[in-house]
Amino acid sequence: MAKNAWWIEFPQMERETLVAIRKALDGAYRDFSRSYGDVIEAVFEPLLYFLVWFEKLLLNAPWWSVLFAVCALAYLASRSWKIVAGAIVAFLFIGFFGMWEDTMSTMSMIAVSTLLAIALGVPVGILMARSDRTQAVVTPLLDVMQTMPAFVYLIPVVMLLGIGKVPGLLAVVIYAIPPVIRLTNLGIRLVDREVLEASDAFGASGWQRLVGVQIPLAFPTIMAGVNQTIMMALAMVVIASMIGVQGLGQPVLRSITNQYFTLGLLNGLAIVALAIIFDRVSQAYGKRLQLQYKQAQHG
Amino acid sequence: MAEPMIRIQGLYKIFGVAGEAVLPMVRDGMGKQELLDTHGCVLGLRDINLSVPPRCIQVVMGLSGSGKSTLIRHINRLIAPTAGEVIVDGTDVAGMDGAALRDFRRHRASMVFQRFALMPHRSVRDNVAYGLTVQGLQSAEVEKRASRWIERVGLHDFADRYPGELSGGMQQRVGLGRALATDPDILLMDEAFSALDPLIRYDMQNMLLDLQTELKKTIVFITHDLDEALRIGDNVAILRDGGMVQQGRPQDIVLTPADDYVADFVKDVNRGKLVRVESIMKPGTTCASAPAIPIGTRLERAALALSEAAAKLGKVTDRDGTALGTVSQLDLLDAMVRRRRPSP
Ligand SMILES: Nc1ncnc2c1ncn2[C@@H]1O[C@H](COP(=O)(O)OP(=O)(O)OP(=O)(O)O)[C@@H](O)[C@H]1O
Ligand SMILES: [Mg+2]
Repeated sequence: MAKNAWWIEFPQMERETLVAIRKALDGAYRDFSRSYGDVIEAVFEPLLYFLVWFEKLLLNAPWWSVLFAVCALAYLASRSWKIVAGAIVAFLFIGFFGMWEDTMSTMSMIAVSTLLAIALGVPVGILMARSDRTQAVVTPLLDVMQTMPAFVYLIPVVMLLGIGKVPGLLAVVIYAIPPVIRLTNLGIRLVDREVLEASDAFGASGWQRLVGVQIPLAFPTIMAGVNQTIMMALAMVVIASMIGVQGLGQPVLRSITNQYFTLGLLNGLAIVALAIIFDRVSQAYGKRLQLQYKQAQHG
Repeated sequence: MAEPMIRIQGLYKIFGVAGEAVLPMVRDGMGKQELLDTHGCVLGLRDINLSVPPRCIQVVMGLSGSGKSTLIRHINRLIAPTAGEVIVDGTDVAGMDGAALRDFRRHRASMVFQRFALMPHRSVRDNVAYGLTVQGLQSAEVEKRASRWIERVGLHDFADRYPGELSGGMQQRVGLGRALATDPDILLMDEAFSALDPLIRYDMQNMLLDLQTELKKTIVFITHDLDEALRIGDNVAILRDGGMVQQGRPQDIVLTPADDYVADFVKDVNRGKLVRVESIMKPGTTCASAPAIPIGTRLERAALALSEAAAKLGKVTDRDGTALGTVSQLDLLDAMVRRRRPSP
């Protein structure tokens, strides 16, 4: 075939080379996942166990007790009857239209992935806040994680662990973890220097300073990060239904392939309702803390 | 004289990465501005020597940026020196390792801050208890000691409030209670009352003086308010551009300022209320009929005594009534009103 001059057509690499590279990388990753997939799966075994246990708990409990627990949590966090009333209406709607079980699956997925994101993200955020160098390394990573199309995360996870709950959970956590890391870092960096100096002056150790001053004072900001993480987890759960995650995403997926408009809309609305409840509750909680602290910032 | 509680010797602090490298130049007398222009380093302190006797209140004064906060932060090593020694009760603070330093800060020296630096997420009670919590005491013990100090600084009705709900004066009481609760030997107060209104400030000074008669701590007190310095200080040190300009008893500084900078500082002081008669008396005796002025009398009272007795001369007497020297109306007047210029 006649080749164009390099200034007319972009001088791209040989197609064969590209194929070779892709094959090599894919092959290497596949070999890796063949040989280590089982080990990695074993590592995530407890997580799966917990996830299944939690889902069963939500599914087997009578609907009114779940509703009661949700309302109690919402009230404790937000201290607002309006939000509680909203939650009741939303859950009655969900139950009445036959989406209770899918909603429970989704909720357990969100809960576990958010907990995991916090458990991993807060320490990373703390490390970032302690050193500018760590921050300089982690920040671009987070930027990539947040802009990478969510679907891309599904590929390596599926190659490694196949389809199912755990790979879904991993994909959700990877997608949703950046905000909690970012805001933990930010919150700790924003803690009043004078208060930190006071804690040093009284001989606090690094650990005492972290737990007694930095984390409590950064807490409202960390909560803002948790709020965003929950929202992103909820968005990802629908996408993760493509790799077998149970929940409200499944009927949506089915509706797309079979053109069930009403089914899709109802499940979509249920997701929206969950999102609004989670968002309002966690935001109200953060705001309440912030208010309590802010009065004290300036004498 | 007793061994000083705090002895600072040849202390230098130069902020900036090249701190150590430029030290010789500073020792050779390079000025603050020149150092900044040529090396980008800020001269914090230059050759500070200061001894604070135990159970005394040492005041440090100076204009903004003169290095007062830098100096006081060397005593508990919130700032590490570039050169020199900070010896507290025989141990060089600059040489302590991490654990020793923490122990020192937990038990021996505590600090009160200009802008209170209270912990907004802790109640008044928990703020006062902070130092004790850091020490790792049992909660019952913490509770007991904290309550005592909350009581002592007059905050027992507010123990469960948060700092944000209190006025400035009350917040600083919390700050003082927090500092005293660990029962330290040394109290470091960095412009502790500067952020308060004059009346509240006066109350707080009284409270501090009351506490001091009872507790007898070694206190380093920073202020830029001369009246406060003279009222509180047993000794006063004056800083300028990181260097020590003068130190001594308040009345010495007022009567014989070392240079124009100090003279400017003290020009508006009411010397009649501050200076004691023995510091201006002349040797010699007068006739027995001259009015007796007991040692320790302030100039204003002495002048009043002379004018009431319509006498030109008075005799200064000690406690037993023995004459020590004389003081004339003219001397009194001169000491009270003449604008002093430092002797060249
Ligand atoms: N961390 C630092 N890095 C660089 N320069 C500093 C630092 N801390 C203080 N300085 C400088 O050292 C000098 C003395 O500052 P310091 O805070 O001790 O003054 P101060 O007498 O307490 O003033 P103020 O009355 O305003 O509190 C100032 O020129 C200041 O800019
Ligand atoms: Mg200062």
